[in-house]
Parts: sequence; C-alpha cells; structure tokens
Amino acid sequence: MTLYAALLYYPADSYWTTPEESEWSTDYGAFGLAAGAAGVLRGGEALHPVGMATTITFAAGKDSDLVITDGPYAEAKEVLAGFYLVEAADLDEATKWAAQIPAAWRGKVELRPVVPMNGPSVPAGG
Amino acid sequence: MLATLVRTLGDLQLAEDAVQEAAVAALRAWPETGVPDDPRAWLAVTARNKAYDMLRREAARPVKETAAGWFAPQVTADLAQEVLEMVEPDSVVRDDLLRLVFTCCHPALAREAQVALALRTLAGLDVAAIARGFLVPEATMAKRLVRARQKIAHAGIPYRVPADTELPERLPAVLAVVHLIATEAHAPSAGDGVVRVDLEAEALRLARLLTDLMPGEPEVISLLALLLFTAARRPARTGADGLPVLLADQDRSRWDHAAIGEASVLLAEAVHRSGGAAGRYQLQAHLAACHARALSWADTDWTRIIGLYDLILGVSANPVVALNRAVAVAQRDGPAAGLAALDGAGGMPRSHLWHAARADALERLGRADEARRELGVAAALAPTGPEQRLLARRLDALVSRGADGPLRGTPG
Repeated sequence: MTLYAALLYYPADSYWTTPEESEWSTDYGAFGLAAGAAGVLRGGEALHPVGMATTITFAAGKDSDLVITDGPYAEAKEVLAGFYLVEAADLDEATKWAAQIPAAWRGKVELRPVVPMNGPSVPAGG
Repeated sequence: MLATLVRTLGDLQLAEDAVQEAAVAALRAWPETGVPDDPRAWLAVTARNKAYDMLRREAARPVKETAAGWFAPQVTADLAQEVLEMVEPDSVVRDDLLRLVFTCCHPALAREAQVALALRTLAGLDVAAIARGFLVPEATMAKRLVRARQKIAHAGIPYRVPADTELPERLPAVLAVVHLIATEAHAPSAGDGVVRVDLEAEALRLARLLTDLMPGEPEVISLLALLLFTAARRPARTGADGLPVLLADQDRSRWDHAAIGEASVLLAEAVHRSGGAAGRYQLQAHLAACHARALSWADTDWTRIIGLYDLILGVSANPVVALNRAVAVAQRDGPAAGLAALDGAGGMPRSHLWHAARADALERLGRADEARRELGVAAALAPTGPEQRLLARRLDALVSRGADGPLRGTPG
C-alpha cells in the first residue's frame, strides 16, 4: 500500500468561500463518505484562501535574516486549496479515488506519493 | 524472462541489471562448461540469484532500507522452487510481458518516457541505440529512463494488465507508442536519412508482439497492417541519389508485395473482428491499402481516400490529416479546389509539407512566382537534409523550366 497526497488546486478567484460553498460541501461530503467507508482516507484539510497566506524564508541560508512575506509563495492562477491523504494499492487505485474529489472537475487534483517516514527512500538523482 | 523477473522482483531496474549480469556470466561459463540442456532456465536462475546478490549488497546500505525490506523474505526462497517458477509455461510468460507493456505505456508516464521504456524493456534495445534512434545524447536518454523507472517505483505505477472494462482507455496509449516509433522511422524529425530502418524494424516487432499478446483485438491487428503497408514502400522511398522519392513518383514494382499481401489479410481480419466499427488505426490502414492497391498515382481512388480522411478527422481532429486530405482534394478536384482546401482548413500547421503542397497547386495553376516562393519557404522549414535537398531541387527545376511541368506534393 502506498500513501498518496491528493493536492487540490482551484482557480485563485473561485475558492471555498464563493457563493457555491454549500453546493461544494455536498459534493465533498459525498466523497468523504465514500472514501471513509472504503477505509482509504488517512486525513485531509481544507485551506483558507491564499490571501490569508504568509510565506517564510531566510534571505540567504539559515544564518541570514528571516524574511516574512504577506501572501503565497508563488502567484499563480491555480492555487493549493486543500489536500487529502489517500492510501491505495497503486497509482491506478489512487487515480480512481482522486477522480471522485470535486476538485478534479472544478480544478485539478495532483497525486503525490508520500515518502514513508520509517524508512526514508529519497529519490536519487533525476 | 525479463518480464517474469520483473513480476517476481517488482523492480524493473533490478531485473534488467540481473538479466544483463546473467548474460555476462553465461558468456564466461558456457565456453568451458558447454551450453546447458535448458539455457533459458540456466539464465533465469542465474539472473534471479544475481538479483538477490544485488539486493543483499543494497540491504547493507541504509538508504535502500525500504526496498530491501520488501524483498527480504524472498531471498530465502528454495532454489528448486525457483527453477520450477522460472521455467514457466508460455502463457505465464505472455501474461508477464503483457503486464510490462501496460506498465511501460502507463498514462502517468510522459509519452517520450513511454517510448524509451518500450524500446528498452520490450524491444531490448540498449540505451545507446535508443539515443541514436531519437537523436539525443546517450546521457539524456539514460536519464530519461532512470526518471521513468523512479516514477514507476515511487508513484506506484502498477505492474498489471488492465481489466477488460479499462482496456478501451488504456490500449490507445500502447498503440500510440508503437505508432510513434514507426512515425519517427518514416518521417524522421531530424537527421540525414529518409527512413530509419532500425526504428521501423522495432516498431514492426513491437506490433507483432502486441498481436501475439492480445490476439483478436481489431485495433492491434490494424496497427500491424498499417505498419506493414507503410514498410512495404520502403524499397522505393529513397532514390539512387539518396533523396526521398514522393509517393507520386515511386516505382511501385519495387514495393514489397509480400508485405502488402500480409497487411491486406490482417486488415480483412480487423474489419471482420471490429464488426463495422472501424477505429482510427483501421481507417489509416484502409488509407494505406488504398494507395497500395492503386497501380499508379493517377490511378488512385481519390474519392475513397477523401472519404477515409473525413472519417479519420471525425475520430480525431488532426491538422496533418487535414493537410493530406487537401492534397487528395487537389488530385480529385483540381489545383484550385486543393488550394482552397489548404487555405481553408483552420489550425493547419504551416509546415514544410503545407508550403510544398501549396507550391504544387500554385504551379499547376500557372502561378509560378508564387510557387517558387512557397518552395523556398518549404525548403527552409524542412527538418532533414534529404528533404531540404529534394525541395531545393524542385525549386531549381521550376526556375529553369517555368511553370509547364507537373509537380506533386504528397510525401511518400
């Protein structure tokens, strides 16, 4: 079994807080019920819009000045709006679940395999 | 053997390395010991042992902990059991290969990675040969393969044959990979050859493999027929001067008529099995058959060809198909209609072929100045040396002769 992060991307101007929110909740509720009942859901959160974001970095390495910026790391048309953690046998199974997340038709869902923490296998090279 | 080892080990890179080491071991041992009774089984067992050796070595390194943990129980597997497992009936080997096909052509891999993996693991080409085939540095191709294998391992791309219900959405990717290899062979995107025989042979080999693995699948049969029809023209496609010979000018007696015969039988089978619902490869095979059956360029059934192009455009709106349709219209309805079709179809790429086709129609209309201009543009845009030289020669002929001779524009 592999743990996948399903990252939900939405157009920056249409977000959780738009008027259709209640309709969205119904769709997300349906996905949550189905994935929960199948026992594949390992977590997930919705994020406030990127207007609420604060970006933190060091100006030039760890010993330099801490730089705190209002706003997201990158200005983009489509922004990260939330995520689920889905456990699946393989990419095909994970894809089937991802296709049921409303973000898949309202925006995009990116599937990223999670590196297991008990035995970190960091991709070499590439 | 490779496919079986991939299934047992679950790791493509490891399986490939192991098979390679086993082959080297065989080359060392067999001259002294003689070739064993069952060389396949010998190689299989040796490859598996090599794989376990590599895993033990890797297990000593903490970074590879997860992978090694995965395999540890198998390392103790009984050798006799291994022999039994490795000398498997053909049906099992076939299933393993089919799994490998669908893994290599999984939609989660970039198309260029799919092609590279197919040539490496299915066709067994070495990295240098694949790099030559696609005219990229060997290091680039090696990196592409490493990344593809990492994606398979880390993203969890499964090693399995899709269920029948999934096949309609998964099969096209497999066929597209083979078709792309063939296309690159027949219309090189760079280089100095007219046909890249090595890639053509590999595409044919892969298509035959697919018809073995998925017998009775109409689009698979159609693809093999299409590749055979196209390959049959190869002997006539290059002139004595090394320049490409357009389909219109080819000496049709030099076509490989045995290949055309085999392709015709295959196409008939595909028609029968598809029950009238022709897929895109069957339509393209019909098109190729139409040219193969015509006694000459003038004798070609252009109405049928235009009809087939219309059907293909209905399946997938492809600008190259629209261009070829316009060339056919020019043949059936005259250069003015052809010119209108060339200028009318939206989104058509202004490639060297488009300019050459336009030059042809313009010349036949007696508009020699415009034709010369178009040929000049076409020569400048042509991607390969032979095509550039052919277009330049046509331009020379047009300049010296004026606009009285016919010029024909479709690629062979």
